[in-house]
Amino acid sequence: MAFVTASLKQANWIRRWAVAACAVLAIWATGCGHKEERADLVIMNGAEPESLDPTIVTGQPDGRVAGALFEGLTRFNPKNAKPIPGLAERWDISEDGQTYTFHLRPNIVWSTGEPITADDVVYSWRRALDPLTASDYAGQLYYIKNGENFNTGKTNAATGNRYVKEDVGVEAIDPRTVKVLLEGPTPFFLDLCAFRTLAIVPRQAIEKHGDRWLMERPMPTSGPYTLEFWRIHDRIRVRKNPRYWDAANIQNELIDLLPAESANTALNLYLSGEADVIWDKNLVPSELMDVLKGRPYVHTYDYLGTYFVRFNITRKPFDDVRVRKALSLVLDKKRIVERITRSGEKIATCLTPPGMEGYTSPEGLGYDPEQARKLLAEAGYPGGKGFPTFNYLFNTSEMHKQVAVELQEMWKKELGINMELRQTEWKVYLSSQSQLDYDTTRSSWIGDYVDPNTFLDMFMSGNGNNRTGWKNPKYDDLIRQANQERDPVKRAKILYDAEVLLVREDPPIAPLFFYIGVNIFDPAKVEGVHQNLLDEHPLWPLKRKDGRTAAKAAAAK
Amino acid sequence: MESLSPNQRAWRRFKQNRPAVVSLWFVGVLGLFVLLWPLFSRPAFANILPIGLTHSAVKGSDAQYSPPTLTHWFGTDIHGRDQLSRIMSGARVSILVGIVGALVSLVIGVLWGAIAGYVGGWWDGAMMRFVDILYSLPSIVFVIVLITTLEELAKGWLTQKLGANVAQYCRMLFLFVGIGAVSWLTMARIVRGQVLTLKNRNFVDASRSLGAGHTRILFRHILPNVIGIIIVYITLTVPSVILYESFLSYLGLGIQPPFASWGSLIAEGAGQLNPVRVYWWLIVYPAVTLVTTLLALNFFGDGLRDAFDPRG
Amino acid sequence: MYFLRRIAFLVPLLLIISFLAFMLVRVAPGGPFDKERAPASPEIEANIKKKYHLDKPLLTQYGIYLKNLLQGDFGPSLKYRNHSVNDIIAQGLPVSLTLGVLAFLLAQGFGIPLGFLTAVKKGGILDYGGSFIALLAICIPGFVIGPLLVLVFSIKLGWFPVGMWETPMHAVLPTLALGLYFGGKVARLMREGMLGTLNSEFITTARAKGLSETQVLVKHAFRIAVLPVVSYSGPLLADLLVGSFVVENIFRVPGIGVFLVNSSLNRDYTMVVGLVLLYAVLLLVLNLLVDLAYSMLDRRVKME
Repeated sequence: MAFVTASLKQANWIRRWAVAACAVLAIWATGCGHKEERADLVIMNGAEPESLDPTIVTGQPDGRVAGALFEGLTRFNPKNAKPIPGLAERWDISEDGQTYTFHLRPNIVWSTGEPITADDVVYSWRRALDPLTASDYAGQLYYIKNGENFNTGKTNAATGNRYVKEDVGVEAIDPRTVKVLLEGPTPFFLDLCAFRTLAIVPRQAIEKHGDRWLMERPMPTSGPYTLEFWRIHDRIRVRKNPRYWDAANIQNELIDLLPAESANTALNLYLSGEADVIWDKNLVPSELMDVLKGRPYVHTYDYLGTYFVRFNITRKPFDDVRVRKALSLVLDKKRIVERITRSGEKIATCLTPPGMEGYTSPEGLGYDPEQARKLLAEAGYPGGKGFPTFNYLFNTSEMHKQVAVELQEMWKKELGINMELRQTEWKVYLSSQSQLDYDTTRSSWIGDYVDPNTFLDMFMSGNGNNRTGWKNPKYDDLIRQANQERDPVKRAKILYDAEVLLVREDPPIAPLFFYIGVNIFDPAKVEGVHQNLLDEHPLWPLKRKDGRTAAKAAAAK
Repeated sequence: MESLSPNQRAWRRFKQNRPAVVSLWFVGVLGLFVLLWPLFSRPAFANILPIGLTHSAVKGSDAQYSPPTLTHWFGTDIHGRDQLSRIMSGARVSILVGIVGALVSLVIGVLWGAIAGYVGGWWDGAMMRFVDILYSLPSIVFVIVLITTLEELAKGWLTQKLGANVAQYCRMLFLFVGIGAVSWLTMARIVRGQVLTLKNRNFVDASRSLGAGHTRILFRHILPNVIGIIIVYITLTVPSVILYESFLSYLGLGIQPPFASWGSLIAEGAGQLNPVRVYWWLIVYPAVTLVTTLLALNFFGDGLRDAFDPRG
Repeated sequence: MYFLRRIAFLVPLLLIISFLAFMLVRVAPGGPFDKERAPASPEIEANIKKKYHLDKPLLTQYGIYLKNLLQGDFGPSLKYRNHSVNDIIAQGLPVSLTLGVLAFLLAQGFGIPLGFLTAVKKGGILDYGGSFIALLAICIPGFVIGPLLVLVFSIKLGWFPVGMWETPMHAVLPTLALGLYFGGKVARLMREGMLGTLNSEFITTARAKGLSETQVLVKHAFRIAVLPVVSYSGPLLADLLVGSFVVENIFRVPGIGVFLVNSSLNRDYTMVVGLVLLYAVLLLVLNLLVDLAYSMLDRRVKME
C-alpha cells in the first residue's frame, strides 16, 4: 500500500514538473517575436526617432528616415550634400534673388498613385508654418515672405488683421508651378528646400488621420521609399516606392533601420553580421576609435560640427573679456583630441568648420599660457588669486565627462583657478543652459546646411541658441548685412569680420575641436554610403553587392 | 561551567565561525586602509611608502591607460589617474551609501513593518497602502525630482551656512536621501509578513497572558525571531543600494565627477567589455573589490545571525 | 472580506498614485519640448505647449488627463509625437511580459533549490559554494553581466545572437542576465527561511513523530520556509514584468523597461504617468495575490 502511494506521489511530481516545463517552453517559444525576412540592408541608425513627420523631426536619425519617405523641391546630392533637383526639375531666380519659381517634374505621383501638384507644395509649407502644427523647425521657413508673421501670430499693421496662411509668400501658379516670395535674398534657399521641414507631405492622409497619420495605411509618400512598419525600439522597415520619379536608380528593395542606444551593442550587431552599416556617430564607441580607425570597415570624414565651451557673460568674472580670453588661451586642444576623443578630430580655434566653399574662417585664439596668465593678472586675478570657484555644466556622457576632467586640470594647472564639474541629465542641462544658470558649459553645434550662416547667426543677440548672454551690436549688424549681400565674395568677407569678433576680439566661446564623422560598413559588401559635410546619407544609392538587387527581388516576386 | 552573559556567549559562538572571522578581519583592514588612504599622499608618508600607494585619486598624469605596474599597482584610466587610489577613495562613497541604505531599512523598514503587522486592522491597511504608493512611484522619477529641484536650493543654503567645502557634498546627501527613501519598502513588507505569522503563536500568547506589554512583546519576543531574515535582507539591501548608486551615476544622477564610487568605476569599466580591445584592469579591479567586500560583509552577517539568533 | 476591501481600495489608491506621479514629474526642471536647438521664436514653443494643453493650470491638465483615462486613453506621447502612450505600451508590454515571466521562472527555479540546498547542508562545502554563487549573482551588476554574456556566448562561442528579439534563441541571454540577479536574491531568502524553520518547534515535533527526513523537509519545512520568498515575489514579478532598462538596452529588446527610465529623463509627462499606473496596477494586484497566497500557506500549516 505504502509503496503504491509513494509511486503515485512520484508520478504526481513528475507530472507537475512536466507541466511546468511545457509552460516555460510555450512562453519561450510563443512570446518572442517572429523572425522577419532579412532586409537587403540593415542599418544602425541612431536613437529611436521621435517622429517620422518631416515637418516635426529635429534629430538626425529621424531626419534620415523622414528624408527617405518624403522629398522636397530639391534633394541632397549624396556625395557632397549640395542641393540638386528633387520634385522640382528646374527653377528660375529673379534678379533681386527674392523670387523663386519652381517647375515641378511632370511625372511625379504619391506612392498611392495620385499626382503630386503645386497645391501639395503650398499645403506642405503652410502646414509647416501653421502654429497648430507646432513644428520646432518652423524657423527654417521664416525666410519666406510673412512666414514668421503667420507662425508667430503677428497682426498686419496695414489691415489690422492677423496674418493667415494665405499671406505666406508661396502660391501655386498652375498645377506644376510654384512661386515663392522671400523676405530677402537668401543665398542658401535651395539648400533649405532639400531640408526635411520643407518636404512635401500628403494632405489627404494628414487631414484624415491627424497626428497618427504615419501609423495608418495606406500612407502616401513622396520620396523614394514607403513605410512598411515602424515598431518603436525595434525597427523601421522601408520598401522601395516603385512610383517614385527616379525609381530606376534606387539600388535596393527593403531596408531596416534599427534604433539603438548603446554603442557597444551596435558594434556587436555589426561584428556578428546582423547589421550592415552603422552610420550614427553616437553608435560608435569613441573609446575604441584609436583601434577601430585602422580597420578597413571604419571610415572617418569631416563634417559640420564643432565642440566648444560657452561662457556665461552675465556672470562675474566672465563678463570680463580678458578672463574669457585667458581661459581660452590655456586650452591644450591637441591633448584633448589625442588623448580623449581619439578619432582624428581637428583642433578648432574658430566656430565655423573648414570645408565651406568660398569661406575661410579666421584664426581664433591659440595656445599661449604665458599671455593667458598676463590677461588674468590684468583682470585682477594674478596667479588665480581671488578667482571664484566656478562650474562647468555638461550633460551625462562618458566623453563629455572626460573632456571636462581634462579642462579642469588645464585651468587648475595653468591659471590656478578651480572649476567644479556639474554633470546633469539632458533636460536639466538644456534648461540650465537656456536660463543662463551656469558659469561655463560644454556645447556643440551641427550645421543644417553648407553655409557659415548656420553657425554664425546663432550668436546674434536675440537668437534662442545664443545661450551666453553675449550681445554685440556690431556682430548683429554684420550678420544682417551679410544676408542682404548678393555678391558671394563680399558676403564671405562680412561673415569673416563677424567671426573675428566671435572667436578673437570679444569671444563668448572657446572652440575645442571639429567633430569627425564615422561610418562603419564593409566596402566590399556595401556601396553607396557617401561621406559628406552634413552627415547626410540618403538611402536610395545604397547597394549591397553580394545581396539581391531590386531587379532580382522583383523577379523573385 | 562558568556563567556567561548572552553577549559573551554570542561572541564565543561568533569566534568559532571561521569564514565570519576572516570576513571581519578583511572588512576591518579594508576600512582602516580606506580611512588612512588620504594620509599616504602627504610628504611625510610618501617618502617611506612604496610609490604605488601614494597617488592622488583626482590628479591625472601622462601615463594614460597604463596596465598594472610597480608605479600603478592597479593601472591607470584615460586621464592617467591611478586606479588603486580611485578605488580607495570610491570606497568611502560606496560604503557610506551601503550604510545609509542598511540603516534606513533597518530602522524605518523594520519598525514600520513590525508595527503594521503587530497592530493589524485599520492601521495595518493604511501603513501598507502607504508603502504600496511609494513603491508604485518609480524611484528614478523620485530621485530625479529630488536631485534636480532641491539640490540647487540646498546648495545655496549650505554654502551660506557651512561654506563651499561642505556644499560640494550636497549631491551625496541627496543621493542618500533618495536611496534611503526607497530601500526600506521591501523590508517593511517582509517584516510585516513575518510578524503576522508570529503574533498568534503560542509563545506570544503565553507571554501576553503573563501580562507583558505590547512594546515588550514586540521587541523581546517577536523581533528576535525575525532577526535572521532582517540580517539577510540587509545583506541584500547593501549590494542593491550600491548598485543602484552606480545605475544613477550611469544616468548622471549619482556621484559627481571627478570623484568616484565603486559603482561609477564599474559603470565606466563596463565599456571595456567589448570584442575590440579590453583594458581589463579598469573593470576587473573595481568589480573584484566590490564583490569581495560584499561577500565578506555577507559572511560576517551570517556569522552575526548565527551567533545572536535565539533559535540557533 | 479582507480581500474584497483591498480590491475596493485599488481605485482610490491608483487615483492618488496617478496624481502624485502627474505632479512629481512636472516639478522637475526642463520640459518635454526643450531641445538642443531653440526654436526660431518663442511663439513656436508656445504653439507646441498649447497643442498638448501644457499652457493650462496643472489641475485642469490633470482633469483632462483623467477624463481621457476613463475612456482608456493614456494620451499622446510628448516625446514620440506620432505615437500614443497606448500604442507604445501595446507594442512593448508583450515583449516585457514574456521576458519578465521567463526571468521570474529562472529566478525561482534557480533560487529556491539553491537556497533549499544550502540551508539543508549548512556549514558544508555545498553551503559555501552555493552561497558564493548566489552572492556573486547579486553583486555583479546587469551592465557587467550582460556584456560579459554577449562576449562569451555570442561573440566567442557563437551560440546565441548578440541582441534583438526574434527567435526563442534571442531570449536566452536576456533571460539569464535578468534572472540570475533575482535568482541570487531568492536563494538568500529561501536559505534564511529554511534555516529559521528547521530550528522551530514544529519541525522538531514532526521529526519526533517519526516522519522521514525528506518528508519533513519537503512537506513541512518548505511550506513555511518559502514564505519570505512569496512575500518578495510580488514586487519581484512586478519589477520584472515592466522590463529592465539595462537589459533591454544591452540586448536591444523592444520592451517598455527602457521607457520607464527614459520617459522620466525626457519629461514625457503622459508616458511617465501611463507607465507608473501600469506598474502600480501590476504591483498592487500581485501584492494582493501574494498576501492571499501567504494566508493560504499559513492556514494550512496551522490546520496541520
